[in-house]
Amino acid sequence: MSGTNRIAGKGRLVPARTVSFTFDGRRLTGVEGDTLASALIANGIHLTGRSFKYHRPRGILSAGPEEPNALIDISRSSNTHTPNVRATVQEVFEGMTAQSQNRWPSLSFDVGAVNNLFSPIFAAGFYYKTFMWPKAAWKHFYEPNIRAAAGLGVSPKEPDPDRYANRFIHCDVLVVGGGIAGLIAARAAAETGASVVVCDEQPELGGALHHEIDTRIDGQEGFVWAQEIGSELAGMDNVRVLTRTTAFAYQAQNMVDLVERVSEHFANPDKLVPRERLWQVRARRVIVATGAIERHMVFAQNDRPGIMLASAARTYLNHYGVAVGSNVAVYTANDSAYRAAFDLKQAGIAVPVIVDARSDVDAGLLAEAEALGIQVLTDHAVVDTKGGLRLKSVRIERVGGGKSRTVEADALIMSAGWTPTLHLYSQSRAKVVWDEESARFLPGKAVQEMVTIGACNGTDALDALLEEAANAGMEAARLAGFAGASGYRAPDAESLTSRRGALMGAAPGAGPETTVKAFVDYQNDVTAKDIRLAVREGMHSIEHVKRFTTNGMATDQGKTSNIHGLAIAADMLDKPIPQVGLTTFRLPYTPVTFGAIVNHGRDRLFDPTRKTAIHKSHEALGAVFEDVGQWKRPWYYPKAGETMHAAVDRECRTVRETAGLFDASTLGKIEVVGPDAAKFLDLIYTNGWQKLAPGRCKYGIMLREDGFIYDDGVVGRIAEDRFHVTTTTGGAPRVLHHMEDYLQTEFPDLRVWLTSTTDQWSVIAVQGPKAREIIAPFVEGIDISNEAIPHMSVREGTVCGAPARLFRMSFTGELGFEVNVPADYGRAVWDALWARAQDLGACTYGTETMHVLRAEKGYIIVGQDTDGTVTADDAGLSWAVAKSKPDFVGIRGMKRPDLVASGRKQLVGLLTADPKQVLEEGAQIVADPNQPVPMKMIGHVTSSYWSENCGRSIAMAVVADGRALMGKTLYVPMPHEVIKVEVTDTVFFDKEGDRING
Amino acid sequence: MAEAVATRTSPLDGLIAGSVGVAIAQAAPAHRISLRVGADGIPALNKALGLDLPTEPKKSVTAKSGRMALWLGPDEWLVIDEKGDPMADVAGVDAFFSVVDVSHRNTAIKVAGRGARATLEAGCPQDVTDDAFPIGACSRTVMGKIEIVLMRTDANAYRIECWRSFAEYAFEFLSDAAHDCMA
Repeated sequence: MSGTNRIAGKGRLVPARTVSFTFDGRRLTGVEGDTLASALIANGIHLTGRSFKYHRPRGILSAGPEEPNALIDISRSSNTHTPNVRATVQEVFEGMTAQSQNRWPSLSFDVGAVNNLFSPIFAAGFYYKTFMWPKAAWKHFYEPNIRAAAGLGVSPKEPDPDRYANRFIHCDVLVVGGGIAGLIAARAAAETGASVVVCDEQPELGGALHHEIDTRIDGQEGFVWAQEIGSELAGMDNVRVLTRTTAFAYQAQNMVDLVERVSEHFANPDKLVPRERLWQVRARRVIVATGAIERHMVFAQNDRPGIMLASAARTYLNHYGVAVGSNVAVYTANDSAYRAAFDLKQAGIAVPVIVDARSDVDAGLLAEAEALGIQVLTDHAVVDTKGGLRLKSVRIERVGGGKSRTVEADALIMSAGWTPTLHLYSQSRAKVVWDEESARFLPGKAVQEMVTIGACNGTDALDALLEEAANAGMEAARLAGFAGASGYRAPDAESLTSRRGALMGAAPGAGPETTVKAFVDYQNDVTAKDIRLAVREGMHSIEHVKRFTTNGMATDQGKTSNIHGLAIAADMLDKPIPQVGLTTFRLPYTPVTFGAIVNHGRDRLFDPTRKTAIHKSHEALGAVFEDVGQWKRPWYYPKAGETMHAAVDRECRTVRETAGLFDASTLGKIEVVGPDAAKFLDLIYTNGWQKLAPGRCKYGIMLREDGFIYDDGVVGRIAEDRFHVTTTTGGAPRVLHHMEDYLQTEFPDLRVWLTSTTDQWSVIAVQGPKAREIIAPFVEGIDISNEAIPHMSVREGTVCGAPARLFRMSFTGELGFEVNVPADYGRAVWDALWARAQDLGACTYGTETMHVLRAEKGYIIVGQDTDGTVTADDAGLSWAVAKSKPDFVGIRGMKRPDLVASGRKQLVGLLTADPKQVLEEGAQIVADPNQPVPMKMIGHVTSSYWSENCGRSIAMAVVADGRALMGKTLYVPMPHEVIKVEVTDTVFFDKEGDRING
Repeated sequence: MAEAVATRTSPLDGLIAGSVGVAIAQAAPAHRISLRVGADGIPALNKALGLDLPTEPKKSVTAKSGRMALWLGPDEWLVIDEKGDPMADVAGVDAFFSVVDVSHRNTAIKVAGRGARATLEAGCPQDVTDDAFPIGACSRTVMGKIEIVLMRTDANAYRIECWRSFAEYAFEFLSDAAHDCMA
């Protein structure tokens, strides 16, 4: 038997298909198709959690996603768990482990419940007012303790073992909601041939038909009809039916995000099946048929386990075959709760009383109640309840006071009316409008290609709803370009359920005393008195009330609480509700896992890892790699047992003594082609390009409009109308965009085109005295003698038979070549060059050695020795700024007064007094180490290395008026010492620069 | 005299992936050019290339020889040819244009099978339904976190071109998505 409260013959589940699970360690039996909530109630369990702030015992309030109380931690194996799962949504599966949250040591005895005793001091705004002093205590005492005590659930610490998927799809019509309205609209649209997606958050379609068993469509029970039309839709080629799928966000341009719970309900899902799938749907038209959510009654002690929404009780009975109690009282201001009472009574459950806050109740309902032997007290209110961990009794009074009576009940079901579910509508940026007649907010004018239908549109009468839905479906298809009417006719339908009647705000019995706990927002523990207090404290805007009290915040998004809170605030302000206004609905509608949002983009797919064509050879050589942006670059190549320091020293020495091979493929490369190519480069770079002869190269710097250095690199002229531009590794994409931006917006008259060739070429730098000897046997078609290819030249020919651009250039200060071959040949060419280089005693070197060697020569790295506030002059590069050019990007910026004023930080070299001491990059520099703290800092270290070739440490720095301080002593204060440094020029090795021409 | 003749290697050499609904494989090596030219230069280039460059967005043409020209922008085409070198064919054409050899810049992946579109839809936000993206349609778009050029080569077949250094990412993304392509 799957629970003592399971009623034989009721509900739609198959009793024989039992499922075993545990709740707080207790082994329980449910039925396949149960939610955790229905399975718990079947086993007589309502107590499922402790409330957020007061730790009050809480039970299951609802049967849907609006559940504020029953937030459970679910796990299927020992190494993974999910906190804050709504028990009313999670289906049970064999072996599920469910744990209640926010309680210690146990759910029935929770030490934190002491908060409830102190609740008078925990009123709204308490945190804002109380934990102010002393200031330091907030960080170290108050905040951690409050966080530990409050908060729901515990985050898992282990990596998520599940898979998640994503799908971008496009359709003509998206229907959100698979209730009567949504299904009819979907069917009407689908018959035109339009592509239709219909989604519903429940495992089966039907919406309110889950509980409204009195609704008959085409002569069948509504729920049965819904399953039939659902399978018909699913069988159509142009329709996709997604159940267990919540539309949680309505974005711009009719993009609606859905999350499908694919395998959450399986006991042992296939590892390749995703746990959830994100659907990002771009729809020509959206039909929102999200229905309505029943409101609870706001009265004293309305949160005891066993007190729940009437529609939920009806769902548990009619769909799950579970009675929510054996003696169920009713408190309502709406007709629909009567149907719940009648269904319960007819199922053999005692219904001692229906308490109706209204005086004017439909005579037919009263007669029906009488016929069933149910006592109805109109114009009455429930003013208090009793029961610790489960409701025991309710106290009833005539509205306005008088003698009260107590009625025993183990459950109380309630309804204050129905709130149209306008979260998605509102997320689409459309405004809600107050409807005076039905006293509720309804959709106003749509601002996207969208329409609302059914209960969320305030369409109550079934006839009107059927017609509205069918028309909406056909109209949406027509507007999406499917002109032919579908000829679809809405089915005939009839229903006894009425949703007439509404009560907003506090019911009689909710105060006005300030001690009464009449909950408005269960999840955030907000009571009617909190809202009143907020208004008294001066919060007159509903947005302020919301933040002061936290009403309707966080994952709840005001599903049950918003209208009540608003009505209470309006009452206090003595303003009509529409003048107080509704708070904004935030996305997501219900919580969404990070897994679904990240989906495929985790682990190796989190970010692309770019490798050069030569990567595998580097691996074979034992390279240690460094991440440079998305690239993996060889950092250094340690020999067995060698430290990084030793490896770099060896590489640095070998390059200068013999030669080294370096993979420079990641450098950005842009081919600039067209008759106006040189003219364009003149405008982009600070130096001049018109006179550069084909076959020659030049170092260029480019500025931003503000006059600061943006990027640099060597540019080779391949032909009159063709340049081979190189950029920094990190700058490649933005430099291309920078160029393209200027070309299209400022210089559109120039006949020149830009093409990224970064990945086209493998670039092998061969640097050092034996560079020529290494490449010589492989080069064909190019004379590589010093005279034929002087420093800063480029030639086309072949290397190892592959078409090549051979640059004679150097970033080390040594004789150097950079061999560019099409990337697929890169590895083969590298391997061939390396085989010979190795024989000649050369080495491979990585980025660390490259950095040291260039620093020995005073070559800057943009982004290391510059930081976006360094001008060409600051960097000592005035020689690269043409004096005669009338225009280039940044020419005006670099002449701004501040950029030419004295006192600017200039790039200089630094030598420590102790040659063995290596400065820290980023260390601050002062002129006088004995001045009081805070000291005046005049610059900082930008590059600093041990230079094996210089036999000492070297550094570069930017220092105010640094070039005027040559030979002077400055100081670098560090935590444990002050380091003495001498200002020098930036060239530390081969000051004459002869080696480069070797 | 050159001591060795270089051989080609691709980042996807030897890789194959897929699922019950889709096969994912590297395409054959090809010549590729990035062609930039204004309207005035198109006729001369059409003649040299032996095809009519498409002039409408998302259109491609495939010549009898198998040479493909993909429209990527108002003055931009990607020409792909697994046999002849289009670079050689356009050399010397008398027009203002830019041609850059990008044969090795791109790597191509073929995605084919009933689940091919769904595999793509895992990462490509563009509308690739039949009406919006018929056979022969092409576009520069995104997949996951990278830029790709997408071409529909058949009812259930696509060619994905991406930059060489993104090929591993593209292949892994598609392999991951393949597991979910029949949903």
